[in-house]
Amino acid sequence: MSAQAEVLQQAFTLGFTYTRTTGLVVGRFLTALRDRKIVGIKGSDGKVIVPPMEYDPVTAEALSEFVDLPDTGVVKTWAWVKHPRGKHHLDKPFAWAQIQIDGSDIPMIHMVDAGDESKMSTGMKVKVRWAEETKGFITDIACFEPA
Amino acid sequence: MSDANKEALEPITGIESPVYLDYNFTAGQATARFLTKVKEGKLVGQRCPSCRNVYIPPRGACAACGVATNEEVELPHKATVQSFTIVYIPIPGNPIKPPYVIANLVVDGANISFLHLLSECKNEDVRIGMRVEAKWKDPSEWGFAMENIQYFAPIDEPDVPAEEIGRLKDA
Amino acid sequence: MRDIAIVSFVQSDCVRDAGARNEVELIMPVVRKVLDNVGLESAQNVDFTCSGSCDYLQGAAFAFVLGVDALGAVPPIKESHVEMDAAWALYEAVLKIQSGQAESALLYGFGKSSPGELPIVLSQQLDPYYLAPLWLDTVSSAALQARAMLDSGEITEREMAEVVARSRKNAKSNPHAQLKGDVSADELLNEPTYLSPLRKHDCCPVSDGACAMVIATVEQAKKWGKPYAVLKGIDHRIESAHFGARDLTKSPSTEAAAKAAGVANGPIDIAEIYAPFSHQEIILKKALGLGDDTVINPSGGVLAGNLMMASGLSRIGEVAMRIINGECKRGVAHATSGHALQQNLVAVLEGA
Ligand SMILES: [Zn+2]
Repeated sequence: MSAQAEVLQQAFTLGFTYTRTTGLVVGRFLTALRDRKIVGIKGSDGKVIVPPMEYDPVTAEALSEFVDLPDTGVVKTWAWVKHPRGKHHLDKPFAWAQIQIDGSDIPMIHMVDAGDESKMSTGMKVKVRWAEETKGFITDIACFEPA
Repeated sequence: MSDANKEALEPITGIESPVYLDYNFTAGQATARFLTKVKEGKLVGQRCPSCRNVYIPPRGACAACGVATNEEVELPHKATVQSFTIVYIPIPGNPIKPPYVIANLVVDGANISFLHLLSECKNEDVRIGMRVEAKWKDPSEWGFAMENIQYFAPIDEPDVPAEEIGRLKDA
Repeated sequence: MRDIAIVSFVQSDCVRDAGARNEVELIMPVVRKVLDNVGLESAQNVDFTCSGSCDYLQGAAFAFVLGVDALGAVPPIKESHVEMDAAWALYEAVLKIQSGQAESALLYGFGKSSPGELPIVLSQQLDPYYLAPLWLDTVSSAALQARAMLDSGEITEREMAEVVARSRKNAKSNPHAQLKGDVSADELLNEPTYLSPLRKHDCCPVSDGACAMVIATVEQAKKWGKPYAVLKGIDHRIESAHFGARDLTKSPSTEAAAKAAGVANGPIDIAEIYAPFSHQEIILKKALGLGDDTVINPSGGVLAGNLMMASGLSRIGEVAMRIINGECKRGVAHATSGHALQQNLVAVLEGA
């Protein structure tokens, strides 16, 4: 048996620098974000899904009926990030939340900048904080904040 | 961007979403052993206990037999060209100016080849079976890398017939 | 379906950092041992080999191909790989045997998660337009699910702590476990939250390691002359990638897979459930239709050590070995994949 070698280590970064085509449904949502607007889509059962899906998760029917929505909503469930990770967009404690946009039925996941865990509660009202510059990306919604 | 400009924007059809993930790579035990020896100016392979093949660089296993390789074998610095290619295309980040030769080299006593540079001869003269020798950098520049060998250079020895390259010779 | 025999199973220790061991050095000891247990020389002696792993974990493209060096794959063998937990490699091998293309198979799974930031690496499993760019990590998505459970009144924080306390206690008899010991629910509840409502102990640890299994038709297992457990049913189902479209407090995919695998066709003595977060064990116990007479996670489960891409196969192996050792007659094993129990596999095992 050979003697133990020292552990050789090397830090490295792996980059996946892909561009993606959005398709019509995702593209419509991202285009609306660029205009600081939120659109949902009607599912087979008439429920409004945000962000819009291309196919109904139950019936697999192709979806196409878009619905304009406000930039306010209600927190359905949340988690408090005491120690944000390096990749997270907010560098101070924040909440992840499922947010049911007013006028929709299926909630979306985003961040809530509430300052303190004690400010968070299920059922609280929140409002979009738009990014300073919008470009047609999910982070055009910088985060939500208590409304 | 003013609102007037926005109206004129095309709908979104694509996004750029680069992802960068950070890792701390750890070399395997066999690789770490090998590179530690390379840092000392030595080429040390590993012999399969089952088929007796010698692997360099070793990965700690004989892929043919599926058994661990532990026995270390120090190998000479002479090798035979098993195959080669002349690179004409500049490769981003590579300081070597094309055209240059990259060769599959089988070190004497080993049964698999590795890639390295071949120099000190005309590119047109490189051929399969050609005998070469490692040209090491100055020891002050040695690290845990095969770049400790600057390149391999031809030596005045008869060519090895293609069918004999990398074949185990009775020790 | 044809009955399939699980003949041999081996798992490595769960360690936080396997350090200098590369994928071959992780795989080879378990593959060697699992073959030795059956009296087989190499992967040449089985009809099919399938593995489960994810190159993103250690950030090495095609690491799974390098792993083949551990098998003795010369001359070439019939070999396949799933970029998933090796429980799904077992599923592929079962299909291979069911369709008559193989009589025996070697399976293995391995994960070297220590080189990267695992919860962040796994965030890239998500929808690449809406979620992955937010870097929603796996601990955070599980925490959203836990809050939904607590809000719905389905569970309490004490019940979550009790799951952890039992895991740590059971793991004391598991030589491969990473986290074990005697700790009370009260002590655990005194700990601060980590990613509220989760406390650190509600989350599985990050582990490096591997496991391997040999399966065969019952006829082949008899020829080998080795004891075996019988895989009576196996099925897997998946739920929507849109979190909002799922009821996170339930696991309908597990329910459907359990029904198809035939969990309810007899009493279940033991269950090994792949619940990386404490509250998920409670969701899954319910979805699997298990009562209080079933012993849950006698190994300690993955809260005691979680080999990404191998823990699912390990759950099945744990149950198989307990049946082979005569500890129980009938058991269920569960594997999960993705965030917040998105995809689930259920296997039912019985004595020969
Ligand atoms: Zn060999």
